[in-house]
Amino acid sequence: MSDDIEIVQPSSDDSELTHPREFCAEMYRKMVTIRRFEEAVLEIYQQGLMPGLAHPYIGQEASAVGVCTALRDDDYITSTHRGHGHLIAKGGQVDRMMAEMMGKEAGYNRGKGGTMHIADMSLGILGANGIVGGGMGMATGAGLSAQMRETDQVAVCFFGDGAANQGSFLEAANMASIWSLPVIFLCENNLYGEYTSHRDVTAIKEHIAERAAGYNMPAIVVDGMDVVAVYETTSRMVENARAGNGPCFIETKTYRYRGHHVGDGNPEKTYRTQEETDLWKTRDPITRLARRMVKGGMATEEEVSEIDQSIQSAVEHAVEFAKQAPFPEKGEVTEHVYV
Amino acid sequence: MSTSEREITFGEAVREAISEEMRRDETVFFMGEDVAVAGGVFKVTAGLYEEFGSKRIRDTPISEAGIMGVGVGAALTGMRPVVEIMFGDFMTIAMDQVVNQAAKLCYMTGGQARVPLTIRTTIGAGRSSAAQHSQSLHAWMAHIPGVKVLIPSTPADLKGMLKSAIRDDNPVIIYEDKMMYSLKGMVPEGDDHLVPIGKADIKREGTDVTIVATSSMVQLALSAADTLEQEGISVEVVDPRTLSPLDTDTILQSVRKTSRAIVIDEGYRSYGVTGEIASLIADEAFDYLDAPVKRLGAMDVPVPFSPSLEPSTIPNEAAIISAVHSMYRDVA
Ligand SMILES: Cc1ncc(C[n+]2csc(CCOP(=O)(O)OP(=O)(O)O)c2C)c(N)n1
Ligand SMILES: [Mg+2]
Repeated sequence: MSDDIEIVQPSSDDSELTHPREFCAEMYRKMVTIRRFEEAVLEIYQQGLMPGLAHPYIGQEASAVGVCTALRDDDYITSTHRGHGHLIAKGGQVDRMMAEMMGKEAGYNRGKGGTMHIADMSLGILGANGIVGGGMGMATGAGLSAQMRETDQVAVCFFGDGAANQGSFLEAANMASIWSLPVIFLCENNLYGEYTSHRDVTAIKEHIAERAAGYNMPAIVVDGMDVVAVYETTSRMVENARAGNGPCFIETKTYRYRGHHVGDGNPEKTYRTQEETDLWKTRDPITRLARRMVKGGMATEEEVSEIDQSIQSAVEHAVEFAKQAPFPEKGEVTEHVYV
Repeated sequence: MSTSEREITFGEAVREAISEEMRRDETVFFMGEDVAVAGGVFKVTAGLYEEFGSKRIRDTPISEAGIMGVGVGAALTGMRPVVEIMFGDFMTIAMDQVVNQAAKLCYMTGGQARVPLTIRTTIGAGRSSAAQHSQSLHAWMAHIPGVKVLIPSTPADLKGMLKSAIRDDNPVIIYEDKMMYSLKGMVPEGDDHLVPIGKADIKREGTDVTIVATSSMVQLALSAADTLEQEGISVEVVDPRTLSPLDTDTILQSVRKTSRAIVIDEGYRSYGVTGEIASLIADEAFDYLDAPVKRLGAMDVPVPFSPSLEPSTIPNEAAIISAVHSMYRDVA
């Protein structure tokens, strides 16, 4: 079976970065922004400032950033319940995101959507989603629209290993394939649904990308903890889609360091092991990129920590902004049911 | 009362009902997403997997349409599946198998087919879970002949009705308010506590106003009744418990006695439970009414995330009290 899929060989951490300094620094900035944003989310949740439950993306940063760096501003993404990373990577502003998480009027959705529904149509972010598998058809429809309008835009459908078992995947992938739509099915395999290992509920045990063969589309598996590899793989497939060669399937192998949501405090005590978590943390995408940049002489340790500092304060500013922002007025509740 | 009672939570009622019926009948099994090893996202089925094992307590993939279809097929062929759909909002994905298949098989096959399928799912806003995790869509199912729709409001009713559902030879869906899982209440001892499907319950007797309330709205109605009693208004609270088939007699008897009726349900106000019951009362008890029937339901908007907006979209105690007051003003 695995003959049908391309497995991108992991790049060595010692290999030289072939992309320009500023390009690498920007990917680094985006990943650190996601990490700090999610840490802040956990903190405001613990302080009781964030209602509802958010799903932290910590650990998976290279997947969102590698993919979205390969996209143009006018390309589309559909995101998931674990969407903060995708949004930041596609250009989302952390202050408006944070305000949304606290239910404030200055938030992306005027406080009416919250963590699972943040969208920015102007950035091609067609929305995070509370429904697992909810984005499959929509991304495919965005691809159809791009094809019909004769633009060369591409749509990326982010979804998890768990979502791959929704029937909507089969239906959307088949349509994308028969109509040669510019759609990238981007499966982030972090090994678990909520509290259940994907191996226990999925017929294919190793590479979910094997499913793509059934839809006659190319499939690639890539190390989702290596932002450069994810970027290069996605770029190649985006060019392919822009050129009218149809959809593809990319599986990023990744891991969420935290629980399923902010309230799932200690997964290592229940459905996964400490050894597994520790092993994945040794592949941390942020540390790896920083190390490569320093080694390659692209940045000094001081410059890296300057970036870290500036992001830390940007996120702190976002939290402050969100805290100060007012809640929506009462009348807001009936606004926007219709256009 | 001769039988002794015990206090359990709404969540424990689910666990007890399923485990008792599984011990009693080996064709009963339970499946859903994260229900087995993890014990469910609301932890209400914790312990079942340990007792019954992976053959009868099954973790499914995230495949609502598939899960429901598998449930229908197993029910048609000799098993009694209990299927959990984690949030009632996700029922939308499984609709074909319930509405076009399960609900119609007995009738379409001229009475040959039996679908003894029990579906458990949730309703209820109030957790800032936003528009796709907060809906109360039970009226959708009550619109479909061939499915029985249960909406219990106490641990005793939930336990007894879930057990009746599992024993019933028809598709039955039971809606549990996810905000109520830690609510406590007394249940009779023993494993033979059954509450009949299709039978309403008077949760409080009164003489001046009938409040027909469902699920979490029953608690609100009872506490509004306490307040109103101090003003000298005696409220009777009727809990239909089953929406389909509806116990029309108990509702109508109460309204004929009190002459005033308010219907409260957390589903959308438009085209829903309150409209149905209000029209029943208008049709069958018009001559007894001293005021038009009032209805309280969820505001007709997607449930907003912000805690500054969400509470205003669902009925509260103050709204019930002012609805009662307005009935007196209307006639004055
Ligand atoms: C249709 C639907 N079914 C179930 C859920 C509940 N749920 C939320 S996240 C989740 C697990 C999703 O797993 P995966 O797709 O692997 O994404 P991950 O959480 O790992 O990012 C489940 C079952 C849901 N939100 N929507
Ligand atoms: Mg996953």
